[in-house]
Amino acid sequence: MALMASTRREADTQSFPLFVYVLTPLLALGLQSFVPLFFSHFSILDLPLLVVIYFASTLRTPIAATIGGALIGLAQDALTHQPLGVFGIAKACIGYVAASLGVRIDTESPATRLVLTFLFVVLNDGIDWVLIRHLLAHPMPWGWLHELVRAAINTFIAIILFALLDRLKNRE
Amino acid sequence: MESFFSRYKNALVLIMVLLAQLLALAIQVRRPAAEGADRPSVSLLRYAVVSVVTPPERLIVGTGHWFSSLWFGYFDLIHVRRQNASLKQQVQRLQLEEAGLAQDAAQGQRLQHLLDFKEHYIYKTLPAQVIGTSGAEESQVIYIDKGSDNGLQQDMPVITADGIVGKVKDVFPHTSQVLLVTDPTSGVGVVLEATRTSGILKGRPFGQLQVVDISPDSRIKSGDPIVTSGGDQIFPRGLPVGTVDRVVPDPEHDPLVDVLVHPAAHLAGLDEVLVVTNVGDSLSPQEAKDIAASEAESEAEQKRASDILSERLPSRYDPNAPADTNPQNTTGPNGLPISPPPPPRPIHPDQFSPNAEPNAANMTPGHRWASVKYGTEDTTPRAHPPAAQPGNSTTSPTATAPAAQTSSAPAAKTAQPKTSAPIAPKAKTITGGSSAPGKVGSNGPSAPSHAPVKPRPAAPASTSQTAPPQGGHR
Repeated sequence: MALMASTRREADTQSFPLFVYVLTPLLALGLQSFVPLFFSHFSILDLPLLVVIYFASTLRTPIAATIGGALIGLAQDALTHQPLGVFGIAKACIGYVAASLGVRIDTESPATRLVLTFLFVVLNDGIDWVLIRHLLAHPMPWGWLHELVRAAINTFIAIILFALLDRLKNRE
Repeated sequence: MESFFSRYKNALVLIMVLLAQLLALAIQVRRPAAEGADRPSVSLLRYAVVSVVTPPERLIVGTGHWFSSLWFGYFDLIHVRRQNASLKQQVQRLQLEEAGLAQDAAQGQRLQHLLDFKEHYIYKTLPAQVIGTSGAEESQVIYIDKGSDNGLQQDMPVITADGIVGKVKDVFPHTSQVLLVTDPTSGVGVVLEATRTSGILKGRPFGQLQVVDISPDSRIKSGDPIVTSGGDQIFPRGLPVGTVDRVVPDPEHDPLVDVLVHPAAHLAGLDEVLVVTNVGDSLSPQEAKDIAASEAESEAEQKRASDILSERLPSRYDPNAPADTNPQNTTGPNGLPISPPPPPRPIHPDQFSPNAEPNAANMTPGHRWASVKYGTEDTTPRAHPPAAQPGNSTTSPTATAPAAQTSSAPAAKTAQPKTSAPIAPKAKTITGGSSAPGKVGSNGPSAPSHAPVKPRPAAPASTSQTAPPQGGHR
């Protein structure tokens, strides 16, 4: 398994049709808001985060990933009752890190995606917890078991989701 | 300098984005526009996102409900009639129960009025459909398809028939955000019904509920109901909240305990909710009307119960008796009016019997008019005659008495035995003072009316019409 990008193709940027950039985050936000109505445990997933990770690691442009992550996070904040910026800050950081790593490593490998997604989910939750607990002063416990289970489930879903999104790439 | 920005532009953009959001966060936290309200710019951004996300959700939910209503409203109507009858019975029963409680409620209102306590009654509710959630574990909110265009305002309580749900947090024109009671930032004043212990209901992480920081009480048991106290000025008093799940010690406040609560409403699967849009200090006109109707129905039910009781008790009217014997029938089969039956005649009349005393003008001072036996008044009870044969009631000795009481001596003579048919095994003495009052005062003990009479045989048919049949069944 080659973790680092060894060829130009692996380190090259990818592109998608324009509607994919618009519809995919909206669809992720919509599903994240709608499905828990019927399946409450669905909220353990973070589909907007997975979308941010995928586009950031695939496009490999840190600025676009940072802004995109911030926008998606702010939209997610807007659906909650907490102040705007909590999810925006976390997802901006995740987008930046994912895009920066995507330049250096092979993010199209399933194993790489598995490891990176797991770590990014834990990192995202950690940033959220710090902001909510210490900046907003809301009582929010940190449970390692819950976070690890949550990261594992998100990683499993990410493998499937990323494979589906790969099919929407522009063919050269 | 240019090379610095070009070299670290990615990091600089990240820092700028983070700083901007941190600044925005600080502004939102430090300077809220009002209690619980967002600043206009924040509300604008929320409104923009909600306007994009919720219309598809509303469309999907609406379509799903159209199909479900089509199915449940037209096709799946099996057992509806039976269920309707059952529900009607339940409504009647609940109306009766409500009537019983109405007096207590009225008394409670009077006492509250005396104490100047402002009770909040639910006047009006608006049903709303749940169309979405926040999608985040950290934020327990839902979205409903009613907004300011429907009259919704901030902090309106949201309930279901089972219990409380939350309160309206943000209101948009066609959508509203509802903060669930399971959110850690929410707070509801509640009372444990068993111990009347007041507390604050707050949400726990992962959607649990707890009443925080209450004094330890061994009387608090699992399953005890919890209702709203009305102290939060949002939820009316007495709404069901849930039941006690278990009591756990509060790690931050050592002597105090937390009560974990099992919510009454199914918060994980909300479909339709009620937004309380209007509350008042007294019962609504509709509630007052319902209570009055149930009270009237209760009175009618009591009357029906008294009618049933009177039917079961002995009555003057016997539906199985001949038609001309019931007091309600004023005419007989021949069309003649039926007089009420005479009072029963005593078997052994004495001087105390009705109409036994002779006219005072006919009485002689010092003269004993009662019969004498062995030197004393003969008041010894005699053996009863046998019952009259069916269909031959006029032949009994007493059968002729009423006629004798009301008629003259010739009528009494018709009751004298004409035949010697043996119908009674024992002799019977009839003191006939009443049959011929005119002779009582003038006759001595040996007068015919006081003489012992042998059992009377069956009277001839010609005499049966002289006495009503009711007279001689003693």
